[in-house]
This record gives sequence, structure tokens and C-alpha cells, in this order.
Amino acid sequence: MSLSIDDVKRIAKLARIRVSEDEAAGYQTRLNGIFGLIESMQAVDTAGVEPMSHAQDLAQRLRPDAVTEPNRREAFQAIAPQVEDGLYLVPKVIE
Amino acid sequence: MQWETVIGLEVHTQLTTQSKIFSGASIAFGAEPNTQACQVDIALPGVLPVLNRGAVERAIKFGLAIGAKLNRTNIFARKNYFYPDLPKGYQISQFELPIVEGGALTVQVEGDKPGDKTVEKTVRITRAHLEEDAGKSLHEDFHGMTGIDLNRAGTPLLEIVSEPDMRSAREAVAYAKALHTLVTWIGTCDGNMQEGSFRVDANVSVRPLGQKEFGTRREIKNLNSFRFLEQAINYEVRWQIEQIEDGHKIQQATVLFNPDTGETRAMRSKEDAHDYRYFPDPDLLPVKLDEAWIEQVKASLPELPEQKQTRYRDQLGLSAYDAITLTGSRAMAEYFEAVLAEQANPDAKLAANWIMGDLSAALNKAELDIADSRIGAGQLAGLLARIQDGTLSGKLAKQVFEAMWSEGGEADAIIEARGLKQMSDSGEIERIIDEVMAANARSVEEFRSGKEKAFNALVGQVMKASKGKANPAQVNDLLRKKLGAS
Amino acid sequence: MTSTIKQLSILLAEGKASSVELSRDYLGRIQALNHTLNAFVTVDPDKTLAEAAAADARRATGQADALTGVPIAHKDIFCAEGWLTTCGSKMLSNFVSPYDAHVIERFKAAGMPCLGKTNMDEFAMGSSNETSFFGPVKNPWDTARVPGGSSGGSAACVAARLAPAATGTDTGGSIRQPAALCGITGLKPTYGVVSRYGMIAFASSLDQGGPMARTAEDCALLLNVMAGFDARDSTSLEREKEDYTRDLAKPLAGLRIGLPREFFGAGLSGDTAKAVEEAIAQYRKLGAETVEVGLPNSRLSVAAYYVLAPAEASSNLSRFDGVRYGYRTPEYKDLTDMYEKTRAEGFGAEVKRRIMIGTYVLSHGYYDAYYIQAQRLRRLIANDFAEAFKVCDVILGPTAPTTAFKLGEKADDPVQMYLSDIYTIAVNLAGLPGMSLPCGFDGQGLPIGLQLIGDYFGEAKMLNVAHQYQLATDWHTRAPKGI
Repeated sequence: MSLSIDDVKRIAKLARIRVSEDEAAGYQTRLNGIFGLIESMQAVDTAGVEPMSHAQDLAQRLRPDAVTEPNRREAFQAIAPQVEDGLYLVPKVIE
Repeated sequence: MQWETVIGLEVHTQLTTQSKIFSGASIAFGAEPNTQACQVDIALPGVLPVLNRGAVERAIKFGLAIGAKLNRTNIFARKNYFYPDLPKGYQISQFELPIVEGGALTVQVEGDKPGDKTVEKTVRITRAHLEEDAGKSLHEDFHGMTGIDLNRAGTPLLEIVSEPDMRSAREAVAYAKALHTLVTWIGTCDGNMQEGSFRVDANVSVRPLGQKEFGTRREIKNLNSFRFLEQAINYEVRWQIEQIEDGHKIQQATVLFNPDTGETRAMRSKEDAHDYRYFPDPDLLPVKLDEAWIEQVKASLPELPEQKQTRYRDQLGLSAYDAITLTGSRAMAEYFEAVLAEQANPDAKLAANWIMGDLSAALNKAELDIADSRIGAGQLAGLLARIQDGTLSGKLAKQVFEAMWSEGGEADAIIEARGLKQMSDSGEIERIIDEVMAANARSVEEFRSGKEKAFNALVGQVMKASKGKANPAQVNDLLRKKLGAS
Repeated sequence: MTSTIKQLSILLAEGKASSVELSRDYLGRIQALNHTLNAFVTVDPDKTLAEAAAADARRATGQADALTGVPIAHKDIFCAEGWLTTCGSKMLSNFVSPYDAHVIERFKAAGMPCLGKTNMDEFAMGSSNETSFFGPVKNPWDTARVPGGSSGGSAACVAARLAPAATGTDTGGSIRQPAALCGITGLKPTYGVVSRYGMIAFASSLDQGGPMARTAEDCALLLNVMAGFDARDSTSLEREKEDYTRDLAKPLAGLRIGLPREFFGAGLSGDTAKAVEEAIAQYRKLGAETVEVGLPNSRLSVAAYYVLAPAEASSNLSRFDGVRYGYRTPEYKDLTDMYEKTRAEGFGAEVKRRIMIGTYVLSHGYYDAYYIQAQRLRRLIANDFAEAFKVCDVILGPTAPTTAFKLGEKADDPVQMYLSDIYTIAVNLAGLPGMSLPCGFDGQGLPIGLQLIGDYFGEAKMLNVAHQYQLATDWHTRAPKGI
């Protein structure tokens, strides 16, 4: 398989990465090179093999329900791009 | 053409934990913006989620309450999309293996008019899964920008998804109300709709009556009252039918309900967010539920509304309507049962009538919950005992009730202090009847000449003369006797 | 400045040096050499010396731990409170962390001053350190060559004696491959042994922090500090505390070394093959026996990895959106514009490529063919190792197919770059521990790395095997000339 320019643009949009017309072709070439490498795995018959998500076959540990975190707004917002009245500001969200 | 409405609900119930689902920040409502958003909630680089046991326990509780299958292994997945109130750029939710699958809720749907017979309806539940809530976008004007408060981000939710089993707004409301009762009953959710603890999304479609396939649905988001739910569905159904009848096709969409206009409109954002790229969250391992834990939770479950309703009908002989009303909340049912327990000769119907009647009216007027009632179950039982033994007439009982409500005290003490005891001494009643008959010779004449109405007037006079204390049944008997004998 | 961690700890214990003195010496070398090597992104002598003074004060009160006062450098992927923590990216070029990673807490608790934050491939995505926003790191053995990656700054600074040791992280070989290319010893523990809390995520199910130092013994001492349960990382393993030095002195007689035939085939350079063969001969001399094992699915590890790692990364890196911290584009017309420009400008080309691969393989209609298939292969690869460990105690082979390549040589060819991790990636997919140690030099005087792979929780065994080799050889003591 190979990615079309439209595929490149679609995934760039999904990933919220601006890709110009000029850049799209470069991405297409390189991504297709990488997919060439990836495609080798399609030849393997993996029927009946359980997918492996984690290195260890363990169960999730559960945390006791307790409030342990103090308010650190000041420290956190000291490194924020734009805040006002304790809120993070972003360009207007239209619903 | 006849149309059929098809509705399925997705209800987000906020769980009653202390802390967030994946962090130790508080979920208390109403804090200053971003003061309850810790490093995990604001998704600083490098932070990781750890699952709250309390959230899982509440999900188990709910699953048991609706007779669902609990997936002994369930998985958290990432739902990827960009939104400023979603700090990680993904929501941790459950996708392929949710904690709760199946189950059902049987609800009583009210008829067209109050007093009409209710209709029983079973709504199947597809699944219920744990997930984290997003933050809040505040659209007040910050120089044309939006403010983001992440206090709510990471709040534990159990999203309860129904099958498309409902066929009218009324059924949807009945289901939503029953679900609301259930989750507050078992204590997994506080049910506070104003604070967003119980939010309803409605998937609505219409199809020609008799058609098997579903129509294209539109999802109405974030309905936070039962009234809005009903209005929104009714508007949406009319709108969809009009569209189709005008030759348009319904496009799948997410819509918002505007309570001011009573209309729904399609949302503009998230239009390209449909490819959520779900995959199992590598930061969280599969959740395993062991049998001992499930048994422990099962043992902690109270008797549930449906079980109580059945018992009230079958064992206590109450009507379906009474059974539903008395199980409208756990506090109501507990009050009712406490009254019965206090009664020497339990009379469920009498207790039900007083709780659903005078007590509920007084509570409504005072805007009190039954748990905060000024009249305790023991006090009410004392009052009912005096009705049962004939000490109080209905009218006197109301007076005692009012005194009890406003000033407190036990029924016997109030009766004693106010001299409200019913008069059952036939000699005394006969004396009053004689006086009344003497003073109302015309009425006596009228009755004897066949005017039955005159009898009632005489009864009224006797009751008046006894200051309401005479036993009305006795008055009837004795008066008739005297009138006939003369 | 040729001392190991072990030697420095003895100097400090005997009162022959103070932490402040040691730290000053290393800071002096950093100042002299970092402009050539570019191994550090951030150095803050005041902070370092304050920590060193605190360590000396602690020692004076008799409260010193084994390594109190020994300075160490940290890969810039570990969040350290008050330190710029960039992860090699423009996106975090202004990010001063408000909290400490678990690993940083452990080193602080041990009283080990931080010498600075080391350069790395952007978000740990790279095998040459050329993807760093702060410019490439140079290999101290030949500054025209790459140090390997992604922990290239850590490897280079240890090789050049700018620090006695450094932390690294390894997702597909990022500790072992630069350790090999720079001639030092580096260890990637079993997945879950070192907490990932505060370690900026690349591919969560593969990432693991570990020590990089001169010797296996040093790695054992450092792992004693780094390893340990952390309730804030759900994948952190709750195990009893281990002393990783406990087996160092054990003789190797009877040790069964597995040699995977797939690691000695085409693609392996002659010099590397020869050095590894000599190491095998050395092990036989030490009493070990060798057995051929098969890892038939390991040839697919690069393909599976370049599905799984980008998939996880595409999601992990979504939080970099210019809203709460880090870079935000200066001009934008609306929210989407702000997102897209911030991310286009804040991320470098390799990171963007991987995000796009990951986005694609997770997207609707492709998930089963790519992501699930890769997870199934991951299982097959792990099963291969399980079979192999039935007949051997450790697995041995080359760390990298070649020695350090020239800067720019593969920079424009992602596929060639990816293949430099061909021997290391399978270990991450299986979640096994692995390490690299020096085993010789090629014809150009560039170091060659020997890879050891242990069974789950086989760190102490692996360190024993490495240490015994280092007692018998001196490759690990060689230092680059002119540095």
C-alpha cells in the first residue's frame, strides 16, 4: 500500500499539524518509505495469537479513594502561555 | 403517515468518590478555577494515571443493581481528539471491554392524565463504562477568548448506555427518572442535575410505523433536567418528521438543546473528530475484578426500588402507583418502612396515604427532603394509631398533624392538650342530636317528607355542635335511628 | 577524572574528596568541552554546587548513603523541579518543570547532585541525536560522528568524562545503542523496574529508564538507586527491594550463553562481528558455555516497533497543544490555527513523521491491519525469548550493526536510521532487561558494543556476566583521545 497526498493531509489534520502543500509531498515520500518497512509484517500469519499490549501480564493496581493533591495552581500557571483569573485562555471555542 | 420514535439514552453519572478517577485531586463542586487540577489533571509531561478503587467499586455496585454482567477483566482505552478542555488530547474511557455489560431497568410509564394506569416498560442497558470527565470551557468574554477550568477534568463518570428501546419522550423521561432514582438509591451518584452530576444525551430517530430499520439518529447532548429532556425530544421528533415529510434526509449529527427557544441545533465544533483512534491505554493495565470483592459489594447493596415495589404490591397490597411513589427515593421508602415498623397494627395503605398526602404536601411547601422531615416516622405512627383506634376522625387527625408539624410533640400529648379526642360516648352524642333536632325542626320535617339532603345538613350541624369531635359514623347511625323512631 | 562511581564513593567515604570538589571538577570539564560535544542542554552550576554542599553536610552528620555526594547527569527527558526540562524539543524549550520525576526524587534522596540535563533526540525519537532542537551531540571518539541516540548526550558526557554517570531511557535501544557507539556501559532494566513517573513519555508500553556509566558495577550501584516501586506509575512493579550488586563476584563457570543466529547474519559489520566473536571466546575462557538459540520473529521487530511506538507516541504527544505549558505559536486566527501552527512549529520533522505514522495506523479502517497485527507480532517476539531462555541464562550478541556513523549520513533516510536499532528493539517489545558494554574497537578506533539480554528480572545475573567480563578485559577503561 502507499499513502496518497490526501491521506497525508487527512492524518496531518487529525494530528493537528499544519502541513503546507510543499511539505506534503516530502512527507508522502518518507512516510511511504517507512510503510515499506512496516509492510513486511503483513506476510506473517498471526491467526490465533493474542495481541500483546503490555510487557507484563498483570492487573491494574487500584488507588485508595483519598484526596492527596494540594492546590498548586500558582506554580502550574506560572509556566502557562496565557492565563487570566486562574483560567487558561485559548482562542474562542465555538460549539 | 404514522411515525414511530426511537430513543436511546446515554447518561453520564458522576460518581460519589472523594478524589478523581486517575489522580488524588478533589472533585468537590464549586472550587475556584483550576485549584483542584493537579499535575495529572492538567497533563504535565511525564505524569501517569492510577485508577481509583472507589470508582471501580461504584461501577460494580451499579452493575449488580441492574443485573448486568460484570466483566471480570475490563480495559481502559484512549479516545483521541483535540479540545482545549481535554488536557491530554485524549479521554481515558472504556471501549472494547467495559466494566458493565447488559442488564435492564423496568420502569413504570405514566399515562396521559394523572391517575391513569401506568404501563410497565423494560429498557435494556447495553453497557456502562468508567471514564474521566473533561474540564469546562467558559465562554464569557476574555478579550474574545475562552477560559478553561480543569477542576472537573478527571472527575469519575459512569456512562450508562441504553438500547434504543424507548418509543416516546415520556418513556425516555420515565427511564431517566428511574435511573436517577437507582443511582442515588445505591449511592453511586448524588444525582445533582444542576451541578451536572447526572447528564443525559438522547439519541433520537424516527421511522415509519412498522418499518424494521432504524432511521438516522441525531444525538442531543447534555440535557440536565427531565423537563428539558422531554422538551428536547419532542421538538427533535417534530423537526425530524417535518424534514422527512418535506423530502429532506436526516444527517447524523450532534445537537444542542436551547432551553430558551425550546429548539435543537447542530453543533459546529468537533465536526472532524469522529476518528477517535481508540486503543488500549498503555499506562493502565487490565482491571481485574475478583469474586470476593464482587460478593462484598453485593452484600452492601440495599433492597432496590424494583424489589421494594414488588414487595409493596404483593405483600403489602399497595397499588402499583403507591409502590412507585413510595420508592421515588430511598429516603421516602425508608421513612415508609420505619412508620410501618412503629405501628402496632401495621396498615400500609393508611401509612402510604398519609406519607404521599399530607406529609408530602407539607414537605413540598417547606421545600424539605423527607430525610429532614419535621415529623419523624415514630410520631406519624403515633398519629396513625389514634386514627386506627377511632380516637381521631380524619378531620381531627389533620389538626393533630398540623400541630405536630408546626410545634412538634407526640400525637397523644397534642390530643390531650387540645382536647381533640373524638367523641364516641353515645349518650353525649344523643344529647347533642336532640338539641340539634329541636333547633332545626324544619330540616327534620323536610327529611321526614323525603328530602334526603336534609339529613346531611343535620349531620353537619351535629358535627359543628360537637366541635368536630363526634364520631361521624356514630352520628349517622344515631341520627337515623332518632329520625326514624320519632 | 578517570574515576568510576565506585571509586568516587570510596574517595568521599574516606574524606579524600568532597562532593563540592568533585562537582566543581566535572562542571569545569563541562564548561571546557560542552561547546564541542553539545552533550548538555542545561547546566546550572549554582544549583549543582548547592546540592553538592548539601550532600557534604549530610555526610558530615553521618547520614550518607552509598553514593551520597557522587554527581550525576540526567537525560533531559526526566522532569526535575526548577530545571528546564526540554526533552530535546522546541515545544518544551521554555518548560521549567514544577515537579520531580520519581527517578529524580530517588537520586535526590540518595544525595547525588545533578550536573545538568543532557541532550537527546527530540522526545527520544532518533538513533543519532540529530533530531534534537538543540543541535546534534558529537561523539567524543570522533566529533564528526554521531553518539547514537536517543540518550546521546548522556552517553557522550560519560564517555568524555564530563560526568561519572548519567541517566538514560530506552524505548527501542536508546540506552544501549549510544552506550555502544560511545564505548560505555548502559543498562535497560525489565519494563516496570524503574518508575516512568515524570519521565516524558514516548511509547509508554516500551519506555524504561536506566543507568549509563563506565562499568557494570557502576550500573549496578546506580540501579540500586533508580529501581523501586512507585505507586504513581500503574506499570511499576511491586517487588522486593533488590541489591543489584549481589551477584557481581560470582564466577561464570557453567553459565549458559545463548547466541541468537539471527544476530550474526547479513547487515552486521565485519569489525563488530569479530569483536563479538572475541568476547564469546573470552566468555568460554571464563567457564561459560554457549548454545545457539533462535529468535525467528526478531527480524520483524523493527516493523512492529514502527507501528506500536508511533501509535503510542501520537497519542502521548497530543498534550503538547500550546494551552497549559510549553511553546505556543505567536500568531493565530482561531483555535485550530493555534493548534496546527503550534504543533507544526514546536515539533521537529522526525517527531511529526512519527506522529503521522501513529495517527494513520490507529485511524479508522487501519487499526486491525497495523496496530493489532503489530501487537500479535510482539507476542510472537516475546515467545521467542521465552523459548530461548529455556536453554540459556543470558543472550549475547552485538548491540548495533555498525559503529558510530557520520553526522548527517542517515539523517535524511529514516528507514536506514531505524535499522540501526535492529538488535535492540526486540528486547523492548518483550519487556526484557538488556545492556551494552564495550568489547573492542573497529579499524577506525571507534568503540564496539556487546549486548547482553537477560530474562525478566535477570538484571543481577546480567550485571554479573558483564562485570566478570570487565574484570578480564579493559575495553571499558579506554577513554577517547584529546578529551
